[in-house]
Amino acid sequence: MSLKIIADLCTGCSACEPECPNEAISEKKNLFIIDPDKCTECEGDYDTPQCVAVCPVDHCILPLAA
Amino acid sequence: MQSAAASYVSLDALKSNRNALAEPVEAPAHAGCGTSGGEGKASCGTSDGPDDMPADVWNKVKNHPCYSEEAHHHYARMHVAVAPACNIQCNYCNRKYDCSNESRPGVVSQKLTPEQAVKKVVAVASEIPQMTVLGIAGPGDSLASPKKTFETFRMLQEQAPDIKLCLSTNGLALPALVDEICKYNIDHVTITINMVDPEVGAKIYPWIFWDHRRVTGVEAATILHQQQMLGLEMLTARGVLTKINSVLIPGINDEHLIEVNREVKKRGAFLHNIMPLISEAEHGTVFGLTGQRGPTAQELKAVQDACMGGANLMRHCRQCRADAVGLLGEDRSEEFTLDKIEEMEVVYDLDRRRSYQDRVEAERQAQHAAKVEALAATQDAGAADGIKVLVAVATTGGGRVNQHFGHADEFQIFEVSAGEALFVGHRRVDLFCQGGYGEDEKLPSIVTAINDCHAVLVSKIGACPRDELKTAGIEPVDNYVDEFIEKAALSWFADYTGRVARGETVHQARGDASIRQGAFTAAA
Repeated sequence: MSLKIIADLCTGCSACEPECPNEAISEKKNLFIIDPDKCTECEGDYDTPQCVAVCPVDHCILPLAA
Repeated sequence: MQSAAASYVSLDALKSNRNALAEPVEAPAHAGCGTSGGEGKASCGTSDGPDDMPADVWNKVKNHPCYSEEAHHHYARMHVAVAPACNIQCNYCNRKYDCSNESRPGVVSQKLTPEQAVKKVVAVASEIPQMTVLGIAGPGDSLASPKKTFETFRMLQEQAPDIKLCLSTNGLALPALVDEICKYNIDHVTITINMVDPEVGAKIYPWIFWDHRRVTGVEAATILHQQQMLGLEMLTARGVLTKINSVLIPGINDEHLIEVNREVKKRGAFLHNIMPLISEAEHGTVFGLTGQRGPTAQELKAVQDACMGGANLMRHCRQCRADAVGLLGEDRSEEFTLDKIEEMEVVYDLDRRRSYQDRVEAERQAQHAAKVEALAATQDAGAADGIKVLVAVATTGGGRVNQHFGHADEFQIFEVSAGEALFVGHRRVDLFCQGGYGEDEKLPSIVTAINDCHAVLVSKIGACPRDELKTAGIEPVDNYVDEFIEKAALSWFADYTGRVARGETVHQARGDASIRQGAFTAAA
């Protein structure tokens, strides 16, 4: 299970990066990406995925399978 | 002071739930200079001089363009965009949109790392020695990226110790970071406060990110409000000067801002800046998309006037971008892109900056003295019959009427009555030359921008716009060239009321004016 950031929607604001409990988010070419191997969708840490909760753009971060 | 009887149920209820600071802090000595000024002086603070406030406060504001109306003609500021992340969502903000022609908060062309930001500041400070203030204003919230913000401040304190540091925040993370702020000798903090009633707040803020979850509605606005008030009180208690920015949103918080003014004043806010909502559909903000309009010039002025006597009002804000460079109202950021800084040979010469600033200060003082002298010699209007009018002024600076009508991209607005000419704001007008429009199209937009004025004072004006202005009922005035603005305005006013008294002119009220919105995208 993992989330992904839709590059077309990402503003590169970096709000998600420090919120990730797994350090799965990093910057790439001024945008941000999620390492699917590290992402747990915050299960076990928080009730909701932190990156989704803090992201200013609706539907920018979605489940990888979707 | 306003009557204490007018307190707010919502706020009291909130305060009783708050543990962190049970008693409101006492307002410090510097607060409220405006109310004791005598001689009917309405707007203190931004236009005040050393006689109006304690020396330590004067030293903090005298060369800060945002805190002193007079200083903003002489000293420059810059913002560095190191803090792109935000912890709240505002209905008037959309961070996705960027246009290099656009001047509004939250917009930025290039985000910087702290290292890049410091390099840029040092380069600008060498090139523009009157640049005295460095602010971090986003483009998100400066305290939502505390590591980047404070790392920038830390490095700057080492490399450019003479530059004043300030920051701007929505206040959500403020209480937790006040001690950190004080570590870096930050004298000035701006908090954007649009409400003191969470019911109002819920219409402005769809959500906040708080304690690892997204909080919405009244609950979100309640938390934000508590953090803002607590943060303001904590800063006041530590002697940090605070400026409160409020966005005037017609139908949502217009009259409510009078309550905001009262509450922030009570908590020691030094300055209150009430700004018009910038809202256009193409900005893609919630308000832009729902058709929420910004205020007209008179609506803005009415709320600002109603708040006089509260916290000192700032009237010279230009709502600049989070990467602006230069004097307020100008933006030289294009000269200092990362590529260009790379090629610059930068020598940070503290002595050179100091001596330059000494010259600027001497010039500022000389100008101030000359103005006081000129005003003392100005004749008072005789039978003004309580007439009060607005006049628009074209100026390139120096406090004088010295700009050609056709060269003005903004007009200063003064409210003139018998014996007093008061700066009450400015109006930007479109630079249609960019889009290849002719003068014919440009003029109507200028008329709508200053339509509430009885006269426009200029150094020169062409025959065509002169006739157009007259047709619109605005008197073009070009016989006070290079005169101090207040003196010119009062002299014109004496002449005008004389004509009214002799029956040569019929005094009529003017209509409203429109505030130009930020974007030039229609012409792009």
